[in-house]
Amino acid sequence: MAATVLPPGTYPKDIGGESHTWLLSWVASVDHKKIGIMYIVTSLVFFAAGGIESLLMRWQLGTPENTFLTPDEYNQIFTMHGVTMIFFAVMPFLFGLANYLVPLMIGARDVAYPRLNAFSFWLLAFSGIMLYYSWIGGGAPNAGWYGYAPLTEHAYATSNGDSYYALALILSGIGTIATSINLIVTTIYHRAPGMSLRRIPIFVWMIIVTSFLSLFALPSLTGDMVMVLADRLLGAHFFDANAGGSDVMYQHIFWIFGHPEVYIMALPAFGVMSEVIPVFSRKPIFGYTFVVGSGVAIGFLSFGVWAHHMFTVGMTLTQDYFFSATSMAIAIPTGVKIFTWVATAWGGRIRFRTPMLFAFGFIAMFLIGGLSGVTLAIIPIDWQVNGSYYLVAHFHYVLFGGTAFAVFSGVFYWFPKMSGRMLSERLGVWQFWVMLVGFNLTFFPMHLMGLEGMPRRVYTYPDQLDLGGLNAISTLGSFILAVSIIIFIVNLWRSIRSGAPAGDNPWEAWTLEWATSSPPPAYNFLEIPVATSRRPLWDLAHPEDPDWAHEKEHG
Amino acid sequence: MRAASAPLAARGWVARRLAAAGLGGVFALLLPAAAFAAPYWAVLGDSPQARSIQHLFWIVIGVAFVFLFGIEGALLYVVFRFRARPGDEGDAPQVYGNRRLEVWWTIVPALILVVMFIFTVRAVGEETAVAPNALPVTVIGHQWWWEFRYPTLGVVTANELHVPVGRSIDFTLESADVVHSFWLPLLGGKEQLIPGQKNRWTFTVDKAGSYDGACSEYCGGAHAWMRLTLVADTPAQFEAWAKAQAAPAASTGASAQALRVFTQNACSQCHAIRGTTASGAVAPDLTHVGSRTTLGGGVLANNAGDMARWLENPQAVKPGVLMPDLHLSADDLSTLTAYLEGLK
Repeated sequence: MAATVLPPGTYPKDIGGESHTWLLSWVASVDHKKIGIMYIVTSLVFFAAGGIESLLMRWQLGTPENTFLTPDEYNQIFTMHGVTMIFFAVMPFLFGLANYLVPLMIGARDVAYPRLNAFSFWLLAFSGIMLYYSWIGGGAPNAGWYGYAPLTEHAYATSNGDSYYALALILSGIGTIATSINLIVTTIYHRAPGMSLRRIPIFVWMIIVTSFLSLFALPSLTGDMVMVLADRLLGAHFFDANAGGSDVMYQHIFWIFGHPEVYIMALPAFGVMSEVIPVFSRKPIFGYTFVVGSGVAIGFLSFGVWAHHMFTVGMTLTQDYFFSATSMAIAIPTGVKIFTWVATAWGGRIRFRTPMLFAFGFIAMFLIGGLSGVTLAIIPIDWQVNGSYYLVAHFHYVLFGGTAFAVFSGVFYWFPKMSGRMLSERLGVWQFWVMLVGFNLTFFPMHLMGLEGMPRRVYTYPDQLDLGGLNAISTLGSFILAVSIIIFIVNLWRSIRSGAPAGDNPWEAWTLEWATSSPPPAYNFLEIPVATSRRPLWDLAHPEDPDWAHEKEHG
Repeated sequence: MRAASAPLAARGWVARRLAAAGLGGVFALLLPAAAFAAPYWAVLGDSPQARSIQHLFWIVIGVAFVFLFGIEGALLYVVFRFRARPGDEGDAPQVYGNRRLEVWWTIVPALILVVMFIFTVRAVGEETAVAPNALPVTVIGHQWWWEFRYPTLGVVTANELHVPVGRSIDFTLESADVVHSFWLPLLGGKEQLIPGQKNRWTFTVDKAGSYDGACSEYCGGAHAWMRLTLVADTPAQFEAWAKAQAAPAASTGASAQALRVFTQNACSQCHAIRGTTASGAVAPDLTHVGSRTTLGGGVLANNAGDMARWLENPQAVKPGVLMPDLHLSADDLSTLTAYLEGLK
């Protein structure tokens, strides 16, 4: 390659001249971009599986005392829906995006440990397959995604499902921990010249925080799952109260993982927002330091809020007050982020292309989930709504209205970089509006169901109050939501084959991933770029008013 | 890319109209739902504890709505005021931040939350105080039914709980198997029932009537049919009820044959009927089963027809229930139904 003479602006296609079959070029790849795309494709497959499960649930709940599913089927399906969406759809998507983007954004050629990276992905993929194998291996897990002990003890869960659940979470957890270490080391040691930590894109900052959260939170989950397996398979008694075990201990250990987990699923979404909103507003992010600082604050605080999931387990009032106060406190940095995004768009010249539509959808919907989250931090209100459909509404406004809208924003934004082709704007706009309508019809009525006393995780409910009508609206909404996903799949399929060529930088964005070709060559950059500021491509286009000139006053 | 968007703008107009119609449709469905769906415990409440939660809920929702409408309004304003007009392809004035504003929008929400926290502490105090003359009741969660014990009155019953109006109740919550949660929405809040642990809960019902409740922590198979009813009686009614419940069984349908059917079909290994030899302790006490309003944790009403349906095959009525199908003969079924329904 050293001897090759290239015309300016041309990138050599491959290094080393190895020729692989198409399949091998993916399966054997240690290229962070291919691994990132494999993560994303895997997550979309599991997203579809989890989506089908949710439609089955909504069909069952569409009318009171329906008999479409048996309780046993329903309990397996809602458990699989939760586990799938959290561990095999949302997390792999976000880590896939991080894998793809972090090295490009910081001007690196790959992650620090490419082989470890491939190992992490394959652990994830195979643990997901193993989880789904449980359907034919004697029954899927059926104790809910947080599998409260002692429901997973052998006495109460006699099928193999909960053993598959514990094993799958242990394995995928190891993959996540490894990939977190990889991303942390990459951002610390592989940044391009000039790319100081005060200049890296906010998405990268959020990935650093997310990776530290994973690194410290997931071992808790792994520990909990190892104890579950020991109880189930080796006759241990960690969670057997009759033998001195403690079921409250299970809840504590689970949520010490479980609440940082919420932010593992939210912070990368915040990162996507902080990239998309400035570019389409044609302005820099408003208050870089506060945005990064609030993300880091969320990271630290998220380890001190776990027991707000446990206001009804009979902790002392002192413990209740402590976790209530910390949970309210974490709303402050989260609020800062929302204010910041609005302020970034304020005074902009906003181009409402699809990524920006989804970004605004994100702010509008995530706000509702965030505010209902504050109501859950208030202990007495939590006593009423905990374990009810109000809670289901709340976390879907956070995870679908929030994270999923950010995911689609990110897909529309970076798909041109990954594939070299644009997604259809027309189908994108349709998808957005259908999704917004379907999402609100599905999940808004769930607030009211919770207020009317409907507990979550029930396979059916008596025909009383307005529960029948509210559930019917919700079921209708879920099928509209499914239509929006189908529009997305059609868009993806058509654009991969015949989308308009994207060019290197279709959105006139400013971060380094847009400084290379679309899709980027295996080695990312012909020459390692130099980061002159937070927006290197802005500096290039505006030598008269470069960004670095403003870094001192707005550090 | 900008050039390609010119025909798109025309199509976008159509899409926008359709979207507006779609959004209109959503609100046409959601707003009446929100207005007419009785938000239940958010507006009703028959204990001081429930009303205390309710008041706090509306204070918090009020503040949340200020933020909700403020920020959603700002978003809409941004959409209309700052959207790039056709041909408007340049960048906006580059504003990098405003430290003073950033500090303010950190401090103001923090102060609001401090006030909320003070309200929270006050409300928690109101809701957890147990009056000195409170009536002790032990609630034991089972897969998938409720056991209620009144240690001072010698009463044991299942799925239907009676309390006197106006007297504080001191609940002790326990579990016989997995984690459950005790929730009567109109009477305020919920608390888990955890194996190996005794939790406490309290409320004072101040209006006579019947209240629905449910287990609200997923507890396996038939979690959906682990419902309960609380009946709030006047003090005189309650005293009469407690006296009747403490008495041994006396059924209008009692006969030697009924007792034989009950004991020979293994019923008595799980169920107890005080005053007979049946003393099983893993299923609901049936001493006064005929006096209750529901069967099977709320899955059926309690009348002769539904009782027969239940006894014929409980699995068909409440799939997963731990009571097996006993394959009773038609004769035994009617004898047993008459006996159990007669246990008033």
